[in-house]
Amino acid sequence: MLGFFIVLLTCQLAGEVLVIATGLPLPGPVVGMAVLFAGLLLRGGIPKGLDQMADALLSHLSLLFVPAGVGVILHAQLIGAELLPIAGSVIISTMLTIVITAWTMQLLGRRGADQ
Amino acid sequence: MNGELQAIWVYLAASPLLTLTLTLVAYQAGIWLYNKSGNNPLVNPVLIAVLAIVALLTLTATDYRTYFDGAQFIHFLLGPATVALAIPLYRQIQKVRESWLAIAVTVIFGSLTAAVTSVGIAWLLGASRLTLLSIAPKSVTTPVAMGIAEQLGGLPTLTAVVVILTGITGAMTASGLLQLVRIRDPRASGLAIGIAAHGIGTARAFQISEVAGAFSGLAMGLNALATAILLPVLFQLLD
Repeated sequence: MLGFFIVLLTCQLAGEVLVIATGLPLPGPVVGMAVLFAGLLLRGGIPKGLDQMADALLSHLSLLFVPAGVGVILHAQLIGAELLPIAGSVIISTMLTIVITAWTMQLLGRRGADQ
Repeated sequence: MNGELQAIWVYLAASPLLTLTLTLVAYQAGIWLYNKSGNNPLVNPVLIAVLAIVALLTLTATDYRTYFDGAQFIHFLLGPATVALAIPLYRQIQKVRESWLAIAVTVIFGSLTAAVTSVGIAWLLGASRLTLLSIAPKSVTTPVAMGIAEQLGGLPTLTAVVVILTGITGAMTASGLLQLVRIRDPRASGLAIGIAAHGIGTARAFQISEVAGAFSGLAMGLNALATAILLPVLFQLLD
């Protein structure tokens, strides 16, 4: 288990270094995801323990957003002052984006769909 | 007795253990309510946990920094969890290979849709210029969104908050919306959720299906890249 946690952290570290070295407009962990993905492609499979490690972390993925979410407290006043445009934009635009994007992919990706 | 209680409170309030435990308990309570509701996506555990913690911090006059001293240990795991998204994605490699062109076009179009609709609607509803610039990258994962907002001249910390609210909105509404407009392709569901609602949406997409989750994680990463490149260009054209 520890070994596979080290794999994840090492990929993240590699991602952070790559971002600093190349100036890519991406966060280190996202580049780390690409690094791990490339590693899996090279290896041609997922080591069994890494599989379990990932499932354990990802099964509680939404918990990991709670600390950042509580940051709402820092901007309560600013949001309160422009509540209508912020809430309206967040709610309507998010829903529109979901619908339009899903339609686009369903239309374009017809061939590969397994239903 | 009262003095003793006071002493215990002072000790606990200064230790990261208290807010770390509080975060886990609040989230567990959110999960409990979500299960009680028959897994209704509108009963969102992140939203419940955030509201409960915000209420408690306000009542006890605790500032965010003190809270974060404990909560940072949970926050830290976001990094390795993001890296771990490569694994479900690898499991779906065949599906990604088959439809890479459709994925690429959808991500670019989706990224533009998210930016144009968020700025357009906020502008129609009378948002200030600072808010418009801060809200534009709202569908992008937090660190990239903050970077884009800074580059545009917005307020990165406001962006961080709007990004979280966007993720929660997406997680709450996605499955209902996708059913309503008859999306049956789990790849399309996943891409839509990942583009519109980044990591919080991705957590929700994994509850829908493994394919949707994997495509959502992929879409989150690609959308961050697409938006970081396209949004500054878009604003330059408009100004």
